[in-house]
Amino acid sequence: MSTIAVVGMPNTGKSTLFNQLTGSHAHIGNWPGLTVELMQAELVLEGQPVQLVDLPGIYDLRGHSEDEAVVRRFLESTPVELVVVVANASQIDRQLRLALQVRQLGLPALLLLNMADEARRFGVAINTERLAADLGLPVILLSAKYRRGLAEARQVMAEALTGEPHQQAPVRALDSRLAQGDAALDGAMAQLVQAAVSLPPQWRDRLTRRLDAWLLHPLLGLPLFFLAMALMFQAIYAIGVPVQEGLATLLDQFGQGVIKPLLLPLPPFLQGFLLEGLYQGIGTVTAFLPVIFLFFLAMGVVEDSGYLSRAAYLMDAFMERLGLDGRSFVLSLMGFGCNVPAILGTRVMRDPGLRLLSMLVIPFSLCSARLNVFLFMAAAFFTPRQGGLVIFGLYVMSFVAALITALLFKGRFGSNEPLLLELPPYRFPTLPQMLSRAWAEVRHFWFWARRFIIIGVVAVWLLNNLPLGVVPASAESLSGRLGTLMEPLLAPIGINPKLTVALVFGFIAKEIVLGGLAVIYGQADPAALSRAIALDVSWPQAVSFMLFTLLYTPCLSTVAVIRSESKRLGFTVFSVLWSLLLAWLVSFVFFQGVSLLQRLGALG
Amino acid sequence: MLESSPPVQLADLAPGASATIASLSADPGLRQRLEALGFRPGQRVQLLRRAWWAGPLHVRVGMTELMLRRRDAALVALAA
Ligand SMILES: Nc1nc2c(ncn2[C@@H]2O[C@H](COP(=O)(O)OP(=O)(O)O)[C@@H](O)[C@H]2O)c(=O)[nH]1
Repeated sequence: MSTIAVVGMPNTGKSTLFNQLTGSHAHIGNWPGLTVELMQAELVLEGQPVQLVDLPGIYDLRGHSEDEAVVRRFLESTPVELVVVVANASQIDRQLRLALQVRQLGLPALLLLNMADEARRFGVAINTERLAADLGLPVILLSAKYRRGLAEARQVMAEALTGEPHQQAPVRALDSRLAQGDAALDGAMAQLVQAAVSLPPQWRDRLTRRLDAWLLHPLLGLPLFFLAMALMFQAIYAIGVPVQEGLATLLDQFGQGVIKPLLLPLPPFLQGFLLEGLYQGIGTVTAFLPVIFLFFLAMGVVEDSGYLSRAAYLMDAFMERLGLDGRSFVLSLMGFGCNVPAILGTRVMRDPGLRLLSMLVIPFSLCSARLNVFLFMAAAFFTPRQGGLVIFGLYVMSFVAALITALLFKGRFGSNEPLLLELPPYRFPTLPQMLSRAWAEVRHFWFWARRFIIIGVVAVWLLNNLPLGVVPASAESLSGRLGTLMEPLLAPIGINPKLTVALVFGFIAKEIVLGGLAVIYGQADPAALSRAIALDVSWPQAVSFMLFTLLYTPCLSTVAVIRSESKRLGFTVFSVLWSLLLAWLVSFVFFQGVSLLQRLGALG
Repeated sequence: MLESSPPVQLADLAPGASATIASLSADPGLRQRLEALGFRPGQRVQLLRRAWWAGPLHVRVGMTELMLRRRDAALVALAA
């Protein structure tokens, strides 16, 4: 099968185009000789199946970044029939560099000028015929986001494949071929633009100008940003929590009314396991999916609109003093959805110190799996008003933990990596795109959650019921012994043996915590479970449990990705130990502080 | 006297003002990135705004808007 590689500068809409061309059939593939994973998908062009590979966004084929090295290694090791160069049409004054470099390599190529809508709006007129003639490559204007020009692009790709005899060998002597053309590159670019492009005499994007005057205002910018974030979270909860509660009730009724009668012929312990363990565990997380969906939807809108890169601008001065930069802030913000992609996102950083410090900080972002636990616990122990404050407090704690960590360790992971970030024009996200993205995120979350819950619930159930013949979850059971073993360490922070088991399993993934609690307390219905927990532990214990859950290692996937991205075992261990220590200290101070106040009679 | 001396630093331009790039004195890695984003000798560059607390600059080169730190901006020499 022919291989088509897609290259382009960052933010040219490469992923959008890739998704539009291939639908949702893309998967992540490993390539021989490359240590990173690339998105690839099969595509049928005029009846011919071809393989489309999305290479990382790069600025320069001769560049020094990891991504640039990946693209070079790919081209040197994989025979490619066609290179599709994607460029932002409205920035054509600087974006022809890659197309010229690919041509220099002698690879069959074509140039897709994306974002034609913006080019038109900003007054950039491109004579594609002239450009194609001068470049010697087919050139097509299109708008991936609005699905304009896609059919033509497919057709030209198909023609390019059938036309000339295919190059089957990978590029040889890549570096020297590129070096040859380098000196003439700027001149060639200027000439092409001169001949085929007319640029507007002045900037035309009045919307971006006006919005930036407010949103990037030296004094108002940050307060406006935090206000926007607060409103966003408010809206997510205002819509999401009632839906979550409704869904939980529905699922419970289904369990009681439909599943329970079905399970009646089974032995009682199996019944209990299936209904109270598995069904309930999965049910609690399922009920939580609407909140996650809304969260990813909102974050998607913020990112797509261009506001997220502004956040990097607004926060950079502050982050610089923490030894980080604006990108670390944006990644931490994405970490509120899920830590794993946020840690993968540190790949854009070149300086190892900066990257490691960011990886140390990101796991403190209160991710959606943890939020799941907190929403449940807050509802069990507090009135809605108080509960809202507790959740808000946990978000604040999440920031404070990141801040303390950065301040403590910035000396060890110092860096002065230069920071150059594009600030794209403001864009209106399209609904289908946002929905399908949020949907993909939820599916991903669900995939992980389901796996972990099933494994976790089975394990918790076994711990509670082994050795054979014990009273479930009693002091003699494995889980009871585990709890007793950890008691000297966890009693001072108010964590009792039952909560201990939940925390131990939370190490694997926070999605297990609730399902685990349901098994430990032997309660099926969420309302009954929260009553059982509320009877067993006091509110300071509950908050201490939440603080610990917030701060210690988010999940095994995060640990695994820190290990694979940092390539350092020592650092990975350090990051886990530090988060455990911080979690213990914070819970200790909180629990002992509240206990003291209670003894003094200052607190209920 | 002060008023007539031309600004030599990007960070010193008045917000909204433009200047012409004379040269880049960055190391090869940063230089490549700057060039890829459109910083070239002879190209006009406009300072749009400066962030609080000695934060980054918001500039425009050609059709591209971007942020860069003042430290890095100091490596872009402007023509008088
Ligand atoms: N106006 C406009 N925006 C687009 C178009 N294609 C992509 N975008 C937006 O450009 C941004 C970057 O797109 P993305 O696919 O993530 O770029 P990548 O970094 O090159 O993969 C996103 O906000 C997209 O919604 C287009 O044709 N027109």
